[in-house]
Amino acid sequence: MIDDTQRAAPIAQAPVKKKRGVAIQREVAVLLAMIVFNLIFTQHFLSLQTFNVNLTQVVTIVIVGIGMTLVVATGGIDLSVGASMAIAGALAPMLFMNIDGPPGVLLAFTLPVIAAAACGVFNGFLVTRLNVQPIVATLVLFIAGRGIAQVVTDGSLQAFNNPAFQWIALGKVAGVPFQILLMLALVASFTWIVRKTLFGKYLLVTGGNEDAAYLSGIPTARVKMIAYTACAALAGLAGLISISVNSSSDANVVGLGVELDAIAAVAVGGTALTGGKAYITGTLIGALIIQLLRYTLLAHGIPDAAALVLKAAIIIAAVYVQRKRG
Amino acid sequence: MKKNLPILIALVALLVLGVMRYEHFLSAYNVTSFWRYNSMFLLISIGMAFVIITGGIDLSVGAVAALASVVSALASPHGAWAGVIAGSLAGLAVGVLNGLVITHMRILPFIVTLATSLGAHGLALLLGHNDAVAISSDMNFAAFGQGDFLGLPIPGIVCAAAAVIGWIALRSSRFGRHALAIGGSEEASRLMGLNVDRTLVLVYAVSGLLAGIAGAILAAQFGAGQPNEGVGWELFAISAVVLGGTRLTGGEGSIAMTIAGVALLGLVFNLLNFENGLGYISLSAYWQSVIRGLFLLLVIVLQARVLGGKKAVKVAH
Amino acid sequence: MAQTPLLDMQDIDIAFGGVAALKHARLSVAAGEVHALIGQNGAGKSTLIKILTGAYRKSAGTIRFDGREVDFRTPKDAREAGISTIYQEINLVPFRSVAENIFLGREPRRFGLIDWKTVQRRAAELLESFGLRIDVKKPVREYSTAIQQMVALARAVSSDAKLVIMDESTSSLDEREVELLFNVVRRLRDDGRAVTFVSHRLDELYALCDRVTVMRDGQTVAENSMQEMDKLKLVTTMLGRTLAAVVHEDSAVKEANLAKRGPVVLSTQGLAAGAKVTDVSLDVHAGEAVGLAGLLGSGRTETMRLLFGADRPARGVLAVGGESAAFKSPKDAIARGIAYLTEDRKAEGIVPELSVRDNLTLVCLPALTKRGVVDVSKQREIVDGFVESLGIKLRSPDQPIRELSGGNQQKVLLARWLATHPRLLLLDEPTRGIDVGAKADVAKIVRELRDAGLAVLLSASELEELTAVADRAVVIRDGETVARLDGAQMNEASIMDAIAYGAGAESTLAEAVEEARHDR
Repeated sequence: MIDDTQRAAPIAQAPVKKKRGVAIQREVAVLLAMIVFNLIFTQHFLSLQTFNVNLTQVVTIVIVGIGMTLVVATGGIDLSVGASMAIAGALAPMLFMNIDGPPGVLLAFTLPVIAAAACGVFNGFLVTRLNVQPIVATLVLFIAGRGIAQVVTDGSLQAFNNPAFQWIALGKVAGVPFQILLMLALVASFTWIVRKTLFGKYLLVTGGNEDAAYLSGIPTARVKMIAYTACAALAGLAGLISISVNSSSDANVVGLGVELDAIAAVAVGGTALTGGKAYITGTLIGALIIQLLRYTLLAHGIPDAAALVLKAAIIIAAVYVQRKRG
Repeated sequence: MKKNLPILIALVALLVLGVMRYEHFLSAYNVTSFWRYNSMFLLISIGMAFVIITGGIDLSVGAVAALASVVSALASPHGAWAGVIAGSLAGLAVGVLNGLVITHMRILPFIVTLATSLGAHGLALLLGHNDAVAISSDMNFAAFGQGDFLGLPIPGIVCAAAAVIGWIALRSSRFGRHALAIGGSEEASRLMGLNVDRTLVLVYAVSGLLAGIAGAILAAQFGAGQPNEGVGWELFAISAVVLGGTRLTGGEGSIAMTIAGVALLGLVFNLLNFENGLGYISLSAYWQSVIRGLFLLLVIVLQARVLGGKKAVKVAH
Repeated sequence: MAQTPLLDMQDIDIAFGGVAALKHARLSVAAGEVHALIGQNGAGKSTLIKILTGAYRKSAGTIRFDGREVDFRTPKDAREAGISTIYQEINLVPFRSVAENIFLGREPRRFGLIDWKTVQRRAAELLESFGLRIDVKKPVREYSTAIQQMVALARAVSSDAKLVIMDESTSSLDEREVELLFNVVRRLRDDGRAVTFVSHRLDELYALCDRVTVMRDGQTVAENSMQEMDKLKLVTTMLGRTLAAVVHEDSAVKEANLAKRGPVVLSTQGLAAGAKVTDVSLDVHAGEAVGLAGLLGSGRTETMRLLFGADRPARGVLAVGGESAAFKSPKDAIARGIAYLTEDRKAEGIVPELSVRDNLTLVCLPALTKRGVVDVSKQREIVDGFVESLGIKLRSPDQPIRELSGGNQQKVLLARWLATHPRLLLLDEPTRGIDVGAKADVAKIVRELRDAGLAVLLSASELEELTAVADRAVVIRDGETVARLDGAQMNEASIMDAIAYGAGAESTLAEAVEEARHDR
């Protein structure tokens, strides 16, 4: 029996983003709590220098984290980001040290990122065409990618001094390091992309329910390919920043361990590691929380190593809480 | 059997290359030192094989080995056995922790073991005060890594014993068969009444234990517990297991083939050393990671073809 | 009955999401008896079994087994008490050998290690007593479903099960295999065990079973010895109406609908792929609703996936609107105006964390996008429109779709497809798992769409629902179209018969239906 008196309830006027609102508040609250703690108990906390130091530590992690967020959103993972950083970091000095002037610097910015992007295409190919599990697919470059960078540079350090190139990391705009502005700009852009564009929606659907995506005519393979390529390209950019900060490029060291840091930032930031969500700002906050934790411990004389143990516990806790909520 | 062919061919090819090209390739010295060095990797690969067979993954074995090396170095003043047992127990403890968190908090193995690898590394640094920990100068503990028994390197004997036990366990023990069943179909296994949680905890415990023993060997062989060693070991193990034909989705696996995988990866390093010794070309050690990566790629591509592009099941992530 | 029954379930109640699935259901089985449990899909048989075996928890009622009152909390408990279930989807570990599967968890050991020789010997002996001689060392997945059924039975026997429940075990077996299986069942009975047999093949039941329990709409409506229940009475009890009533209902209306239908929108001949679809031929016209009927696992979903381009056919021709078509992926089918509402909305339909709005506009999104950016106001317009016209009950279009009830989720998914203005709608179990009110809404919507000229292919296991919406039926059995029913044959009884035996079957049911047709 169909009852015509059953009509839809009037649609609420204001969009209700309750769950996510609460989640963001929780993360920001944690961050604020840590800031307050430090304000009270740590000397010299409230200074531009502390602010700059802490933020620059996170820039590379956040930029890699943005890419990782995209890949994780599709239900995958990218272990090769460190290798992409190393490859980009190895190529850049070779370019601006051998080609003088602006063309050299320009090439040093573009070609390494393209090389890193190629790594992403490789990963994407394995995952989409050969149906290899992302963890194994990106394992190949994790093992071999850094090796490639090492072979190309023969493992030796390339020290340099190129203000034009290094401005990306060392330059300042109104007292704020350019790299921080770049990071914030990237966070803002990608947040917008995820929320407002067709690609962003497709990204979330591919990870949220790949079968439904396929049956809705969504080009899931293309979406994944873009995600892996973007992730590697961003890692390449992070590599350029990293070597600029150090004024040197050591293929053995650039980006070592960044994949764990990025995954940690993504997890703590609320993006489910199983896919379907992409909280770019969350990744930023997650990275800040982890960094602040390290800083707080260091400032109070607790060895850095302890921060690792705590980081581990935080990741488990964050994922567990995520599961309970979801 | 068809799928085992590529790796066996590759192995034989490398061996033949080695024999024909390098004078001392088959010397007792090379064979025993190869065996001694790779015993650590074989131990963790056996543990990893069991974990992957259940459809899981253990990313913490490298850090656990590092932690165990520090622990055993710290315990070595109390005697060789103390060192060995302390390291092994440290590994076992982390393994049990992994298993319990995975089964009770229902978090993916990939994430849990990633976190424990961070934690174990941190713990190793704390215990060693950010530095390597020299083992006791009393000869006993060093013998565990550097010594021989009946002419065979002790670490080699240990890993051979582990391999035999692992092989028997996978073939004919309830633990091994249940691990295979769980990897094949966790749902069917549960419905058939198997105690899935207990088997899983045991599997991760075994992986941790073997990593612990490997860590003790590391400390004994190189004279110090090293908190920063072990980086990338889990990837070696995963590569060896995958090269050995075990699928990452679980349900099938072979200890013998895993040994072949370890041998293959180890041979790459060994051959490179010889090649450099010859002086014709100088291939830096960095080439070994590229070559290892290529082997892995080759096997992945072959497995994909053999499986006919079957959609991968999301298990270990 | 002379003694107390081995199994006695009384007054069982359970509800899902506020909808009662079982009401005072009953089942009594004695030792040394083969007991048939029958009813249409959705009558409650599977639910009752799942409660017995501990997969679900009942909300009311008592269960007595082997002299004691029991309330199993896990399938493991039920099994240890002596109840074994053989499901249609066989729960064996595919890569492990036959012998290992039979003894998994109870492997005989020698010196702490599994004694493979004994395992293999006993497995072979057991299967041989069933009349089966196979290599027990080969992985289970290399054998046919029939053999896998017997392996599962062997496992039950070897674990000393007192009660064996067989759920649709014969659906994919041929005559010889059925007889083989029945001999095993008779042996179990003669050994003093009890067997509960669930099946749609009525003639088989008469060959095998001693007693029968009939369920309808979550209730037990009859309990009798097989002798006292003739086939006609059985069917009438299952359907709840006389055969004559069933045969004549609505046939005039349906014939009128068929007369009004438009040109062919989709047609296929000889469609086949893999093991599940062997030979399907059907067509759908604009303005008609065709029902696709068949058992679980008969290949209906696989057929729809082939028609939608989600899978590639190995053989067969497909034409849309008269022009041939070869879809490489759903995108191609969507471009030709085909829409597919999947069977399992959780696994293949909803994107749980995404909002209702995003879920609803998922397929038509490219049309709402300008230079890569989604036009939110156009999105809102479409969503608001459908929320009103389909009567979707929600708090706000921005809430995650998983917060909606099953019925409302289904409506959102239906809207997702309607937003693409399709000309053919493939509906796979559209009213599965949703409340009665939503079921009625969906049925009404589909009829309205059909009246407006849409071509509809509807797959439903519940025949009552199928006949309520569809104008004619195509019956699929083991991946093959076996019957086309319309007019006076478009009724539940005829469809049921065709499902069990194929068209032109010599079952007594078909004769009875024919007779009822001629009665006035």
